Amino acid sequence: MRNAFAAELTRLAQADDRIVLLSGDIGNRLFDPFKAACPARFRNCGVAEANMIGVGAGLALSGLRPVAYTITPFLTTRCLEQIKLDVCYHAAPLVIVAVGAGLSYANLGPTHHSFEDLAILRTLPGLAIVCPADPLETAAALRAALAHPGPVYLRLGKKGEPAVYEAPPDFAIGRAITLREGADGVILCCGTLMPNALAAAELLAGRGLAVGVINMHTVKPLDTDCLGRVFADARWVVTLEEHGLIGGFGGAVAEWLADQVPYPARLLRCGIPDRFIHEAGDQTYARQKAGLDPAGLAERIEAFSRAVAARETA
Amino acid sequence: MNAPVNPGVQAGHAAWIRGRVVALSHARRTPHLGSSLSCVDLLTAAYWGGLRLDPAQPDDPGRDRLILSKGHAAAALYAALCRRGYFPEALLETYCRPGSALQEHPGPRCAPGVEAATGSLGHGLALGCGMALAAQLREQPWRVAVILSDGECNEGTTWESALFAAAQPLGNLLALVDYNKWQATGRSNEVLALAPLREKWAAFGWDARACDGHDLEALNEVFAEPWDPAGAPRLVVCHTIKGRGVSFMEDDNNWHYRIPTADEVAAARQELGLS
Repeated sequence: MRNAFAAELTRLAQADDRIVLLSGDIGNRLFDPFKAACPARFRNCGVAEANMIGVGAGLALSGLRPVAYTITPFLTTRCLEQIKLDVCYHAAPLVIVAVGAGLSYANLGPTHHSFEDLAILRTLPGLAIVCPADPLETAAALRAALAHPGPVYLRLGKKGEPAVYEAPPDFAIGRAITLREGADGVILCCGTLMPNALAAAELLAGRGLAVGVINMHTVKPLDTDCLGRVFADARWVVTLEEHGLIGGFGGAVAEWLADQVPYPARLLRCGIPDRFIHEAGDQTYARQKAGLDPAGLAERIEAFSRAVAARETA
Repeated sequence: MNAPVNPGVQAGHAAWIRGRVVALSHARRTPHLGSSLSCVDLLTAAYWGGLRLDPAQPDDPGRDRLILSKGHAAAALYAALCRRGYFPEALLETYCRPGSALQEHPGPRCAPGVEAATGSLGHGLALGCGMALAAQLREQPWRVAVILSDGECNEGTTWESALFAAAQPLGNLLALVDYNKWQATGRSNEVLALAPLREKWAAFGWDARACDGHDLEALNEVFAEPWDPAGAPRLVVCHTIKGRGVSFMEDDNNWHYRIPTADEVAAARQELGLS
């Protein structure tokens, strides 16, 4: 996947002089073609990832299309505040490309593992989160990310990932792709476990179960139209991801499901809305604006209660 | 686009800004008064003559940029931008009222002239590096100024940015440290080993100078000095006094958090020649 990323970025940068590549002192030889084609627009930012994210935000706020690249944990948890404030708060269109996500560097130990990046980054308003399944989808996702008006987190594997696609997929951020139809149940998969999802569906077919597979490459924003169809039609749904069970893609789906009426999981969640607060005001004021004051809460809970009751009498 | 440089006129603007900052702190019960007062002359030199900018065109791609990395001095930034003509006093008066875009720390483009959201220390210099690099890549002649606090030089990211700027190098980047010798709870040379500050920046590859951060003529010279985008980034340690301009606030760190009373506002305004 990283080779597909580097090749596609080199191709795109030759056609768009706004593209700048920032590397956190990795990618030895990987970016030689980029450096040869666009020498001024490759900057090795050193082992200083937090600064690299801030620099990327400054470039993005000045009309350029920067891409920041290094190994997942050093690009995510290490510089969370820079991603939150410099990038997302400013809505700066930086493309953050994490290589070696999940178990890609399993052998290097927990310093290089990332089972928490989706859970943490998913909380940041305005950040699109995309997990391509294979090299062709990586190239397609990069093209979409560089055309996206806001910041994008692109979560890649390492190298040698098997192909899921024979031709470039029809890719759009936030739009799931059905890979296999099946009436009994559906696997919603995100990222590089896609071949395993397809293989599992094949095995299940041999046991008399028709299982669909949907590529939900975008964790945020979730394709809720797709989820609505899936949960309306399927007898059961599986989520599959190379990420911890807390707060990742499966967590995102569970959160969505919990808020649905008339789905059986009747849970109403209340909390701070998914946006930054752009106005002054004290705690009482801010709670009221978020619908978390007693009156606001009562109104929402009453409406939810009515909806559940309507479902029960239907 | 530069405003004419006249230290006498600048001093009048600085006094006005200080008066508004003190009054707003009292009216909205917002802290960081001492930190706001110490950087007023830096802002004045930047906005009146130091930078190429036009308040009527705050989004002009060719403008110079100023980032107040010590975002807790937002009141001084808002008052300076208002005085410079970026927005009317009616907006400044909404400062920290419920619903206002002007929060205690500046938000992204929360008002015309605000270049960056700051408030968490150690972010502004990296943003400034990105903007300065953008000017170089686009072969544009604009320049980026970043105002740092001395407490902010505690942050590791400040020094990551220092290393980066010197490596590129970003000669179109000018950093000013508002060296008021205090941070939130102690002397900035005692909390961490900050001194010798100018020499540290010089050792990091910067063209590092020092000046009196309340001497408008000296500050004007800082901005007027020729600069070369291909040269070393420039840093000026501006020796300042926390609470500058109000005798009973000067060098008294209680005013990092204390809110002035109505009587103290009146006394401050009198000292500033505003009454």
